[in-house]
Amino acid sequence: MTDTTLPTALADIRDDFLALEQRERLEMLLEFSNELPELPERYQEHPDLFERVVECQSPVFIFVEVDDERVVHLFATAPKEAPTTRGFASILVQGIAGLTVDEVLGIPDDFPNTLGLTAAVSPLRIRGMTALLGRTKRQVRERIAA
Amino acid sequence: MPVAPDPFEKFAGYAHPERLVSGDWLEARLGEPGLVIVESDEDVLLYETGHIPGSVKIDWHTDLNDPVLRDYIDGAAFAALVGGKGISRDDTVVIYGDKNNWWAAYALWVFTLFGHEDVRLLDGGRDKWIAEGRPITTDRPAPDAVDYPVVERHDDEIRAFKDDVLAHLGHPLIDVRSPEEYSGERTTAPAYPEEGALRAGHIPSAANVPWARAAAEDGTFKPVAELDEIYRSEAGLGLDGSEPVIAYCRIGERSSHTWFVLTHLLGFENVRNYDGSWTEWGSAVRVPITTGSEPGAVPAK
Repeated sequence: MTDTTLPTALADIRDDFLALEQRERLEMLLEFSNELPELPERYQEHPDLFERVVECQSPVFIFVEVDDERVVHLFATAPKEAPTTRGFASILVQGIAGLTVDEVLGIPDDFPNTLGLTAAVSPLRIRGMTALLGRTKRQVRERIAA
Repeated sequence: MPVAPDPFEKFAGYAHPERLVSGDWLEARLGEPGLVIVESDEDVLLYETGHIPGSVKIDWHTDLNDPVLRDYIDGAAFAALVGGKGISRDDTVVIYGDKNNWWAAYALWVFTLFGHEDVRLLDGGRDKWIAEGRPITTDRPAPDAVDYPVVERHDDEIRAFKDDVLAHLGHPLIDVRSPEEYSGERTTAPAYPEEGALRAGHIPSAANVPWARAAAEDGTFKPVAELDEIYRSEAGLGLDGSEPVIAYCRIGERSSHTWFVLTHLLGFENVRNYDGSWTEWGSAVRVPITTGSEPGAVPAK
């Protein structure tokens, strides 16, 4: 078993959300949504590599890469008509950037529920982010087993 | 005060043409006193990315549902919500949203539970408005709060509960979910989160008419002749519109869209939306269900 510890970047994101009023939390989620990076060119032509996160209400696709240093790279794409889902993906992409395999697998599964977004966004919608995290971890396990 | 209806020709064929407005009509009336525009979307952040100038946001999850009781908010909470958005009891409310007005129709249905008289949909919803290059802004209006009366919600006429559905068996039921949910292959809409029903299938004898069949390619409602064909003939809901009908889906949102079509566009007089829908029926103890793609027989009582 991997220890579950919340990496600093994700803890900072959580603390930033919790410091805000409910409405401001939505605005911060929208900022994350706008910051979701474009896919690198080498993946733009490869929708086949991406896995659809069916638990999310809107189409969102993810792909995980583990490099030789065992650092995880998460790529995600979602339409701009789905800003909430994009925001969830962007939080994970930014929070996971530079983390190792063990650190990613150690992220507590209930991290999405700790962001203080359940009232602003609703518990049902938060489930989409939980699924994003779960599928990301599963892909990490698949990559290191390969 | 209410605003005169949109005389747009296409609407004239509907039973209650005053329940729809076109983009041209609405754009010409932005800022008109007595008219409030409400955006209601599936995605809770979409309004923040840009909305019709002057429109206010009402969210189905965080505004219209009671946070603890599995029910809609009560009269006091509704009065505080809409009064806070600057909506008066006699204002004309035009609702629009994403996904062919799916959630907008849901909000309209909830407004109707509180007896708000003049509430309409923007035909084609958010996507068509944007596709036509009409104005969009990220400026959030700051309407002055008004006194909206505390009106008790009346559920009897347009809302059905589980026991009402059991008593209704033998009359037309319409299941507006996808064919896969109807047959029992799955309990959730394709590509939607699991919402926890223990059995998959449909209420015995219900006809399956997926809600989106009421929408044309551009997200507007189909003309009345096509709707008649789908609901009156194919689904067998009857020609004169007096037969009581209950519509349901998974949590009552898609069936609000069908409720709107049957009630306001086709003029059915007695349509109720069963908002407990499959999440309740599919998990309730000892209620009959049918699997497979056929409606199945009405169970003996």
